[in-house]
Amino acid sequence: MHTPIVKQGKILIATLAPDPSDRELLELRERLADQVGLHRSRGVIVDVTALDVIDSYSVRMLRGLAHTTRLRGAETVIVGIQPEVAMAMVHLGVTLESISTGLDLEDGLDELDRLFGVRAR
Amino acid sequence: MTVSIPEERRVKIESQLDIVSARQAVRELAARVGFQTSEITIIATAVSEIARNIVEYAQRGEIVVRIAREPRRRGIVVVAADQGPGIPDVARAMQDGFSTGNSLGLGLPGARRMMDEFSIVSAVGKGTTVTMKKWVV
Repeated sequence: MHTPIVKQGKILIATLAPDPSDRELLELRERLADQVGLHRSRGVIVDVTALDVIDSYSVRMLRGLAHTTRLRGAETVIVGIQPEVAMAMVHLGVTLESISTGLDLEDGLDELDRLFGVRAR
Repeated sequence: MTVSIPEERRVKIESQLDIVSARQAVRELAARVGFQTSEITIIATAVSEIARNIVEYAQRGEIVVRIAREPRRRGIVVVAADQGPGIPDVARAMQDGFSTGNSLGLGLPGARRMMDEFSIVSAVGKGTTVTMKKWVV
């Protein structure tokens, strides 16, 4: 199962499927690290709308992904955290710390522009 | 013919793929007993944390989820047991931020915060059993 990565100019958009495996998340991190280089991307949006649970492990994986792509010169915005998932994360006590989040894809694109001056074109 | 969904599910935890099974099992039973969506997500997240602990520290274990029906309340009971290395200092493991592994150290205190009742029994060399309960309000 491959997470689809769509290129929109200088931005890569990855949309997670429900219940991604550990392996899939690690592969996604690697694929994004590669593709950022291949396309000279400046921004990455990871859409987690399909995740019905985000636990401390998932947060760790997402953080690793964001840090890896940052080392490759691209900023990451996580979008699509569902309301109940957001509440559960707060309850659990996990934070995404320095990682940017957005409501949805549109918001993520705005965030990339606003925070980092990254636009699709 | 009536088919009744069992009010108990047993999920063997042997790999990270089983974490999803444990979450799904508790989701189904939590929905069945009448929790709201947000509470179901909270319970599933707590189960995910505990199941992940089993995978990371004990490699294998079992999670039993069952619906609890008492005279004045109903809810869900989760018992997660493994025969792993055990936790030498449970009190310390229950503090936020403490971790011997690669994790954020949130699994146990986080799960406790999310559930109404939480107990943990652990012995070095024997294993760990976590029992958590949440009641429908």
